[in-house]
Amino acid sequence: MNLLLLIGMPLLTAIAVLLSRNTQQVRWISLSGSLIQLILSFVLFFSFRNERALGNNTQMLFEQNYALFASWNINFHLGVDGISVAMILLTSFVLIAGVLVSWNIEKMTKEFYFLLILLALGAFGFFISLDLFVLFFFLEISVIPKYLLIGIWGSGRKEYSANKLALMLMGGSALILVGILGLYFSSGYSFDIIELSHKNILPSDQHVIFPLLFVGFGVFTALFPFHTWVPDGHSSAPTAGSMFLAGISMKLGGYGCLRVATYLLPEGAKEYATIIIVLSAIAILYGAFATMMQKDLKYINAYSSVSHVGFSLLGIGMLTQTAMTGAVMQMVSHGVMTALFFAVIGMIYDRTHTRMVNDMGGLMKVMPFISTVLFIVGLCSLGLPGLSGFVAEMTVFVGSWENAGTFHRIATIAAAASIVVTAVYILRAIGQTAMGPIRNEYMQLKDARWNERMAAIILVAGILAIGIAPFWLNDLIKPAIEIIMARMGGK
Amino acid sequence: MLIDFFILMKSELVVTAIIFLLLFIKIGKGMKNETLLPLIQVFLLANFLLGFFFNKEGILFEGMYRTTSLIVFQKNILSLGVYLISLLCTDWLKKTPHLPEFFMLMLSALLGMFFMISSGNLLMFYLSLELSTIPIAAMANFDLVKKTSSEAAMKMILSSAFSSGILLFGISLIYGATGTISFTELPRQLDGSSLQILAFVFLFTGFAFKLSIVPFHLWTADVYEGSPIAVTSFLSVISKGSIAFIFISALYKTFQPLQDVWYNMLLLLAVATMVTGNLFAIRQQNIKRFLAFSSIAQVGFILVGMSANNNAGLVSVVYFVLIYTFSNLAAFGVASVIAEQTGKEKIDDYKGLYKTNPFLSWVLALALFSLAGIPPTAGFFGKLFLITAGASAGAYWFITIAALNMIVSLYYYLRVVRAVFMDKNEQPIEKIKINPSVKLGLLICSAGIVLIGLLSWIYDYISKLN
Repeated sequence: MNLLLLIGMPLLTAIAVLLSRNTQQVRWISLSGSLIQLILSFVLFFSFRNERALGNNTQMLFEQNYALFASWNINFHLGVDGISVAMILLTSFVLIAGVLVSWNIEKMTKEFYFLLILLALGAFGFFISLDLFVLFFFLEISVIPKYLLIGIWGSGRKEYSANKLALMLMGGSALILVGILGLYFSSGYSFDIIELSHKNILPSDQHVIFPLLFVGFGVFTALFPFHTWVPDGHSSAPTAGSMFLAGISMKLGGYGCLRVATYLLPEGAKEYATIIIVLSAIAILYGAFATMMQKDLKYINAYSSVSHVGFSLLGIGMLTQTAMTGAVMQMVSHGVMTALFFAVIGMIYDRTHTRMVNDMGGLMKVMPFISTVLFIVGLCSLGLPGLSGFVAEMTVFVGSWENAGTFHRIATIAAAASIVVTAVYILRAIGQTAMGPIRNEYMQLKDARWNERMAAIILVAGILAIGIAPFWLNDLIKPAIEIIMARMGGK
Repeated sequence: MLIDFFILMKSELVVTAIIFLLLFIKIGKGMKNETLLPLIQVFLLANFLLGFFFNKEGILFEGMYRTTSLIVFQKNILSLGVYLISLLCTDWLKKTPHLPEFFMLMLSALLGMFFMISSGNLLMFYLSLELSTIPIAAMANFDLVKKTSSEAAMKMILSSAFSSGILLFGISLIYGATGTISFTELPRQLDGSSLQILAFVFLFTGFAFKLSIVPFHLWTADVYEGSPIAVTSFLSVISKGSIAFIFISALYKTFQPLQDVWYNMLLLLAVATMVTGNLFAIRQQNIKRFLAFSSIAQVGFILVGMSANNNAGLVSVVYFVLIYTFSNLAAFGVASVIAEQTGKEKIDDYKGLYKTNPFLSWVLALALFSLAGIPPTAGFFGKLFLITAGASAGAYWFITIAALNMIVSLYYYLRVVRAVFMDKNEQPIEKIKINPSVKLGLLICSAGIVLIGLLSWIYDYISKLN
């Protein structure tokens, strides 16, 4: 399959959106564009499996390489392995759900969809590029759409949040940039991930470059203590904006931490693993406890995202095969789950015009569909077996337990303990929202419309597909993780 | 021989011809601005297009004048910039009572810059520098009714006279210390003695004044604010660009033996320039002052690239100036349209602009993103290559400071974007009818901003020039 299609399609859609005449056209163009993108991702997934089944064991499949800036040795190098395929699937799921959920946006519809698709374009490009310069280019593309989405269509303290998000992410990018340049010069002028992975970079260089890259990407994925943009950004963003932020954008960071920082700089990863584990354990616990105190549904999900993303960073920090597989699974699982969660919150807010848990109650009676989805996503978040959250978190814990030391054990136990806290806040939130006596003013509310149902069904399908049959995801990711572990030198 | 002379000095001769044409038009019957301006725009376009043909490398007048393919390319950038200014500032130019004189002055300055880039020794360089500066001071005074315009002209002429004095002092010291003023002979005579270093520092200071490098930037904001926008954009793009070109060629070729001295000077000045420019830009209310400080910060980034001292540094500086021409002119173009039609120059007045003028808002946003270095605009590539070139010299603390400065600059560029797209305003600027030639100019700039980075062969093309 030609990977250029994956960035060509969003680009075409975005241009078509710009050229369209009225809102109706904009919506249908975006929907059909994202539907084709979803189909393309499935085609990619199946042809990837096909190639692997035929015994094609090269590290990256469907590679394409064009010279871009020859004098800097920058190439437009594309290729996918299992991790990228999983991420691309996730992105297409969230994209189409986001387009569906935003169906009723009236304010500057054209611009809204244009930015949404531009953001997705950045993510697709990021996941398929194998050249650090191109990767950085796509990473940066996604920053400004987020800023504008929050700033224009957001609610609450939107300008403050948008500014904070843009500046913190730019700060992260600045660190990444310095890190990439460090790699470029210490490896003898190469930006190519595959080429770099065959080079021996001096451990002393790795120790300097690794923190730059890891923290830089960590800002994107809410690494403690650089997570502060997350609650503000998510709660101020419009529904689709929050879905994209948590579902796609935070995964860019996680993917970067794994693919760029850990894979290319194994010595650095070993050196700083302890610190990563400590920070992510803090994030997990702190996120969970902070969520307990929240009354606003969006803040609840935002803080719980900090906690959940902590699991994937913990998995990376544990440096074992299983834990890293779990980390990637957690990224995918959390992406789908949190996107769905924000979608449901958006649906509820559209009807009740409040996000305060205390002001709700008994919504199950008037909107059974939405409330059921809320239950599904809540249970997924607290790790109920059969749903995606359980599989991913369990894999991380099992992988972490493979480390024998006391320190790793304590960190694992602490992280696992957070699940209890999660159960408390999730059950309280969904219980107060959906159960209990209903307020009079909510009696007239309508259940989900067709577009919302579609969005919810697509994402629930994703959660179930991972939760009930996790093997396909595991098979997809495992070979790629093995290569990363091989470079790590054992364990 | 004569043919050689004509071909080598083609760019200068074309500009001179246009100046004479304008002179004849002026002393002849005279024309209305409505008919004259399109004519001038055609002349300038022809000047730009002619730059691509009949090019030859060589030297004239025993080394006083030289031209290479890179120098021709640099001149083309400047010609393009002048053409764009004539398009973008149509509204203001039409109202000017002395249109031919204005362009005669502007083209004389351009002629000076052409000679300056081509100059082969310090005397030639000094003469052409003066030719390029004095007309600008006269141009700054062109808003005849405004007091601030005369003030700007006065500040401009005084500060450039002062800096010329310093420059000239440096040149005479260099002559005294080495016995030569030829750019090709100088490297052989420079041995790093104290007198030579002292002379070089004076010369460097002269350059720093013209480029408004901190701490020699104090004239910039006032002059930019007071002058008509056509002059401000000329100053900030064309004038800066030409000085950057000759500066980098002087450092890399002529003063290569003093590399240790100027490398450290560049590092310090680059940091000071970026930080000061950025911090002051945050607080500005007037869009012209805002762009003045932002362009100071941009010069800081140019210095980062210059510090590389290799071919990559040279290429990335030329590439950046090309991109900067489009980005900064687009920003000034929007500011010029709004200022001419409504008289509003404050950033607060731009609140809610998107509701009434979506086209202008998008162009402005594109320009500012390009200045901030956000992809997919060309500014991203320009800045990134400057920083990469700077990193090749190995000073990582320096690169980190540059990267952090990109965040600060994003903050204040976003401030304008926020005002345009997000802030509410009871009385936003009303819908502006954009003149077709202004629209053409803005479209050319936008196309440049979007395409230059993505068309990667442009960079490789520049790197093959010598």
